[in-house]
Amino acid sequence: MTLLEVRGLGKQFGGLHAVRDVDLDVREGEITAIIGPNGAGKSTVFNLLSGFYRPTAGTVTFKGRDITGKKPYTTVRDGIARTFQTTNLFEDSTVLDNVLSGRIVRSRSTVFGAVLQTPSFRREEQYNLTKAMEALEFAGIAHYRDDLAGEVPQEVQKRVAIAVALATEPDLLLLDEPAGGITEDETVGFGDLIRQIVARGITVCLVEHKMSMIMSLADRILVLDHGQTIAFGTPDEIKRDPKVIEAYLGADDAEEEGEE
Amino acid sequence: MTARISIQHVGMALVAIALVIAPFALAGQDYVLRLLTMAATYAIAVYGFNIILGLTGQLSLAHGGFFGIGIYVVGLLTTDHGWSFWSAFLAAIIVTAVTGFACGVVALRTRQEYFAIFTMAVGFIIFLILSRWESVTHGMSGISGIPFPEGFGIIDFSEPIAMYFLVLLFLAGAAYITYAIRRSGVGRTLIAIRTSEDLANSIGVNVGLNKQLAFAASTTFAGVAGGLFAAVQGFVGPSSASVNLTFELLMFILVGGLGTVMGPIVGSFVVTFLFETFQDFQSYRFIVLGPVIIALVIFAPRGIVGYLNAYVARRRAKRARRQMAPQAAASETKEVS
Amino acid sequence: MTLFIQQLFNGLALGGVYCLAAIGLTLVFGVLRIPNLAHGSLYMLGAYVTYFFLTAVGVPYVAAIGLAAIVLAVVGILLERLVFHPLRKSPHTHHMIAAVGAMFFFQAVAQVIWGADFRRMESPFEGTLSIGGAQISWQRIIIILTAVAVLALLTWFIKRSIHGQTIEAVEQDRTGASLAGISPNTVSMLTFALAAALATIAAGLVAPINLLSPTMGAALDLKIFAIIILGGLGSIPGAIVGGFLLALAEVMTSTYVSSAAGEAIAFVVLVAVLAVRPTGLFAKAVQR
Repeated sequence: MTLLEVRGLGKQFGGLHAVRDVDLDVREGEITAIIGPNGAGKSTVFNLLSGFYRPTAGTVTFKGRDITGKKPYTTVRDGIARTFQTTNLFEDSTVLDNVLSGRIVRSRSTVFGAVLQTPSFRREEQYNLTKAMEALEFAGIAHYRDDLAGEVPQEVQKRVAIAVALATEPDLLLLDEPAGGITEDETVGFGDLIRQIVARGITVCLVEHKMSMIMSLADRILVLDHGQTIAFGTPDEIKRDPKVIEAYLGADDAEEEGEE
Repeated sequence: MTARISIQHVGMALVAIALVIAPFALAGQDYVLRLLTMAATYAIAVYGFNIILGLTGQLSLAHGGFFGIGIYVVGLLTTDHGWSFWSAFLAAIIVTAVTGFACGVVALRTRQEYFAIFTMAVGFIIFLILSRWESVTHGMSGISGIPFPEGFGIIDFSEPIAMYFLVLLFLAGAAYITYAIRRSGVGRTLIAIRTSEDLANSIGVNVGLNKQLAFAASTTFAGVAGGLFAAVQGFVGPSSASVNLTFELLMFILVGGLGTVMGPIVGSFVVTFLFETFQDFQSYRFIVLGPVIIALVIFAPRGIVGYLNAYVARRRAKRARRQMAPQAAASETKEVS
Repeated sequence: MTLFIQQLFNGLALGGVYCLAAIGLTLVFGVLRIPNLAHGSLYMLGAYVTYFFLTAVGVPYVAAIGLAAIVLAVVGILLERLVFHPLRKSPHTHHMIAAVGAMFFFQAVAQVIWGADFRRMESPFEGTLSIGGAQISWQRIIIILTAVAVLALLTWFIKRSIHGQTIEAVEQDRTGASLAGISPNTVSMLTFALAAALATIAAGLVAPINLLSPTMGAALDLKIFAIIILGGLGSIPGAIVGGFLLALAEVMTSTYVSSAAGEAIAFVVLVAVLAVRPTGLFAKAVQR
């Protein structure tokens, strides 16, 4: 079943087409990857899907509902969570507080509940704490819970970002370069983590530069160049696609890995 | 988790006990008691500042202005219009809440520096109205003869000590509300906005709405403080609503600790008494204060309470890692096998 | 009609002053992303230092402005080095808090040295010029001419000189800071020096018309913020257009409506622009 359906998606900055006429079907329970040379518009597509940019053309349908141009905070409520390319955390808060922040969108507590310490408020806080700890344990970083998020190692920060996203209880998780800036060994660990996420019934869509990771992980790959689709298919199809080969050979090899 | 609560609760309890016994320890020293009352009044306004600046990370340069609105609503209604203090006080709270919410309609659309500039304009407009609209506000001559609050039974608010405890009651309320907010999802929401609006958005926070509510809450606190200030002081002029006041409140919160529960109290009392010590330098005050503020944001941006909290938190994190790391390692190997 | 011409020139002269002051503010914002709330107090200090050179030292008017501009450029550099540079990685609120601290410090310094009372500075250019029946004082003509000349020089500097080009480059793309081998530090200091010098020229020009007081900068602050928000933060053409527009609106409103309305117009503009388009009317299309 198609969870996310994108049709004719486009974004213009000034006169420049950053993304143009992109179609994409993200199927439930699969891992869909978006790849392409630098500046191909991968992150722009993510920003359009999660509502950070307003599309200038096309539609985005999620779970059968049109969410084109909705604000990010409403798309999260609908069940789309995302991480950022440059790891983005509440650095002055503890790891646990970061993940608890991911619970905000599923909470109903108000200032009055907090001030009066109503039973429903207490129940909800307790439930949120359980959920947050669950997400931390799932991401394998529970022992860092009381550390400041800005002070833990890069790899842990990346995992915190995923735990925060998971705490919002998404159906679709958008990961922007989850393995950017970490070592090869750690990348393997991230591949496992992403598989476990999918095993929990969460659909994943990711932008990534590390080809080995993509090819072993993704069920389907969308290849972008200059903001346009040049191929869409399974890893095997993509590997054989002449247009893809051309785009990648045409691009500077160094670029492919140098962006971190 | 229990460790943190106990240490920090002990700190709060100590401050509370000190504030309660202070007037008895100072029996006969009316001037010092008056100073304590003033510091407590400012501290309430500082709690409002703490919500918008400390927790939400938005610099409101109109805070002194809203304090002034609180003062003037109580002052004018009780003197020129014969209202009782309590009904005027309620009016002050409503007026500051509503004007804060209305300004928030624009404020919620503005980001960071635009918010500060916008509130600077709002603060200036408030000051202009208070100082120039002479037929209503008496302009520069101000208001005098603001009555004490009407007492209940044996409580007589013309007694300085009764007034002190009245202010302290509201101060305790402000501190408790901050405490409750900080420990709840509401606090996490505001802190999320402070750290990164984009990130807050990405986890489902309605940034605009929450900013507007936080701003309205902050102006309401300022209104409560202003209303009490009018009664404590008895006479006021438009200078009590000037930008200088915003600056002093800023100093209180910086010294105490932005975003902390006890920072506003600690900062207000410490700085009020420092001001008092250097009173002879009144006209040179800002020559010293300006650089002190700058030095604080450069070298000690966390404030007294902020540093104490950070110290406690660091020790706790170390302990958690020591206790839980072996377990985590064990569970990871299990998964692999 | 005579009144209109009179006020038109008054507006243009005021606009020149606003432009010079606002450009510095917008440059500092564009290059360093700092809304320098202390800019108005640099302007105020510039006026007093000009006054000092003119009366206490006794140099000619133009030389006094020039010397004051140099002094203030140094003050600007010190402000950047001692206050904003250490804060470059702090949250944006800290910049503004520090700027407010600097503002109060400068005001207090002026008050201690020159007192809180108003001071008057004599214009060396006496007399008036008759245009279409209106009597335009030479001082205003001088302001307009100097403003145009300084703006032209500034444009030349930014387009032609390597330092100017770097400033512009940094303004447009902060990541390209290390362009042409000029360090970001140099650019920051240069920007502050330039901003403070421009503010001083503005203050020195207008001082003979207005009175000097330690709070004259605070009154200007809001107006120049209104101007650069109207023109788009960081935009020099925006600051120029905004400066003249606001000055003309202010002068015309106080002439034809009421002086209170003239005083309030800057705030009305500011609040209205922020309400309608929070990033300013001519803001560059910065997409996030």
